[in-house]
Amino acid sequence: MTDKPACAVEVSQVTKVFNVGKPNQVKALDDIDLTVSDGAFVSLIGPSGCGKSTLLRLIAALTHPSEGTVCVNDKSADQARLDRDYGMAFQTSALFKWRTITDNIELPLQLMGWSRSQRKERVAEMLDLVKLSEFGDHYPNELSGGMRQRVAIARALSFRPSLLLMDEPFGALDEMTREHMQTELLEIWNRTGKTVVFVTHSIPEAVFLSQRVIVMSPRPGRIASDISVDIGERVFETRESPEFFAKVTEVREALRFDHGADE
Amino acid sequence: MARLLRAVGPALIIGIGGLVLWEVSFAILQPEGFVLPAPSEIVAAFVENSDEIWAATKNTGYIVITGLIGGVALGVLWALLVSRFRTANETLTPLSIALNAIPIIALAPIFNAWFGLLSPVSNQSIVVILVFFPVFINTTKGLTEVQPDEIELMRSYAASTWDVSRMVRVPNALPYFFTSLKIASSLAVIGAIVAEYFGGRQDALGPLIVQNAGLTRYADAWAAVLAGSMLGIVLYLLSGIFERASMPWEHAAETAGS
Ligand SMILES: Nc1ncnc2c1ncn2[C@@H]1O[C@H](COP(=O)(O)OP(=O)(O)OP(=O)(O)O)[C@@H](O)[C@H]1O
Ligand SMILES: [Mg+2]
Repeated sequence: MTDKPACAVEVSQVTKVFNVGKPNQVKALDDIDLTVSDGAFVSLIGPSGCGKSTLLRLIAALTHPSEGTVCVNDKSADQARLDRDYGMAFQTSALFKWRTITDNIELPLQLMGWSRSQRKERVAEMLDLVKLSEFGDHYPNELSGGMRQRVAIARALSFRPSLLLMDEPFGALDEMTREHMQTELLEIWNRTGKTVVFVTHSIPEAVFLSQRVIVMSPRPGRIASDISVDIGERVFETRESPEFFAKVTEVREALRFDHGADE
Repeated sequence: MARLLRAVGPALIIGIGGLVLWEVSFAILQPEGFVLPAPSEIVAAFVENSDEIWAATKNTGYIVITGLIGGVALGVLWALLVSRFRTANETLTPLSIALNAIPIIALAPIFNAWFGLLSPVSNQSIVVILVFFPVFINTTKGLTEVQPDEIELMRSYAASTWDVSRMVRVPNALPYFFTSLKIASSLAVIGAIVAEYFGGRQDALGPLIVQNAGLTRYADAWAAVLAGSMLGIVLYLLSGIFERASMPWEHAAETAGS
């Protein structure tokens, strides 16, 4: 983490085919090129089934490309996974119900061999960051959906990975909690300077959060447009500004695919 | 205390109501006493023969508990072993159905021939085998049916297979295991008593039931059956206590909800 990589994520000419040679063969991604520079906040948006999760899982080396290469922090994606270069937050929050909030956040630290006192200190910091300090001893099923997502984010950040991969982390939340979580996420991003790759179904969410919105086409997923969002600092009023609306419209237009987007 | 009452209250009311009905209808109808005695007669027989019944319960209890421990240990170990292999699940289902179809109790006379008519080993073996299957099948399910996201999360941390087993599969299997332990504790009592009909120690619950029924002392036979069911209930409750103690998160959700 001493010297900054040239690019945090580099996906080149990646194609992903599932169930090769079987009757249910499906081409999920076709010739994807994507470069994310260090410290950037990039969103992936596109109709359901266009391969957003697949692309994220390729970056995470949880699955491998059929063609092409994926580099993370100037290494192979596999090496980056082994080096624990990224933290991932899943749509389902994926907290272990048998672990308290503290123990959930501590899990990666435990796996990475941190000492007990280091872990304790770090978990306290993370609980503070996501404003859940009083809930350390609770179990996940005692928390609301939004609180659980915050724990998942705290867990993904706990071991200080340089890259944060998030798959529709706010998908299950109501609008108000969602906006609140977006503000918190941006605050965390501003404070920590992580690179973030964020998958979402929501156009306003993508525009509000990101510096770049990558629009993907329906299956097989291709990159249809790459829209940069420069609408200044995000504050409460941002969502009501004409610049914001203009960007939302631009992304919405980019998402108008002639043939059936099944959304 | 109020929660406990709410939990067992309905069962208590039905149970006591049933007993009262049984006793009263017997007092009114006064059937010939030998087929089914009134509850008061069973209790009287229980008290009268309490020394004999207690000794028999201890002997049967020994078979039940050693068999239960053996069967649970084997079931869990085998489940841990089998769940390490990906194809285990596919071969497991037909295999477990086939093995489950064997009437294990029917093996009792054969085991007696192997281990000796009066040896406890034969009855313990019956209990071990009876207990083994539900524990093995349920625990394997719990070890393998893990949320895919939870496995991917562990992979994202480059966790070892051992860490995944220890931190995800084993805790995930706990509720499955305890369900099977409750089933197994009842099965163990049934298995031990039926096995005792065929052989083993003569001062145990099985022979006590057979002898008393043979001598038309039905109240005494029923008193021994009562002791057997009490043994089963104690084991069931113990399993429940272990379950609560090892899964505090389930308990936490309950109290938070009310
Ligand atoms: N493990 C898999 N095996 C087979 N096919 C898969 C697998 N994972 C994804 N697919 C297929 O790849 C395509 C893209 O799936 P993916 O989950 O990446 O879409 P998505 O853009 O994340 O959709 P959503 O917005 O609904 O989450 C789908 O057609 C899906 O059926
Ligand atoms: Mg998805």
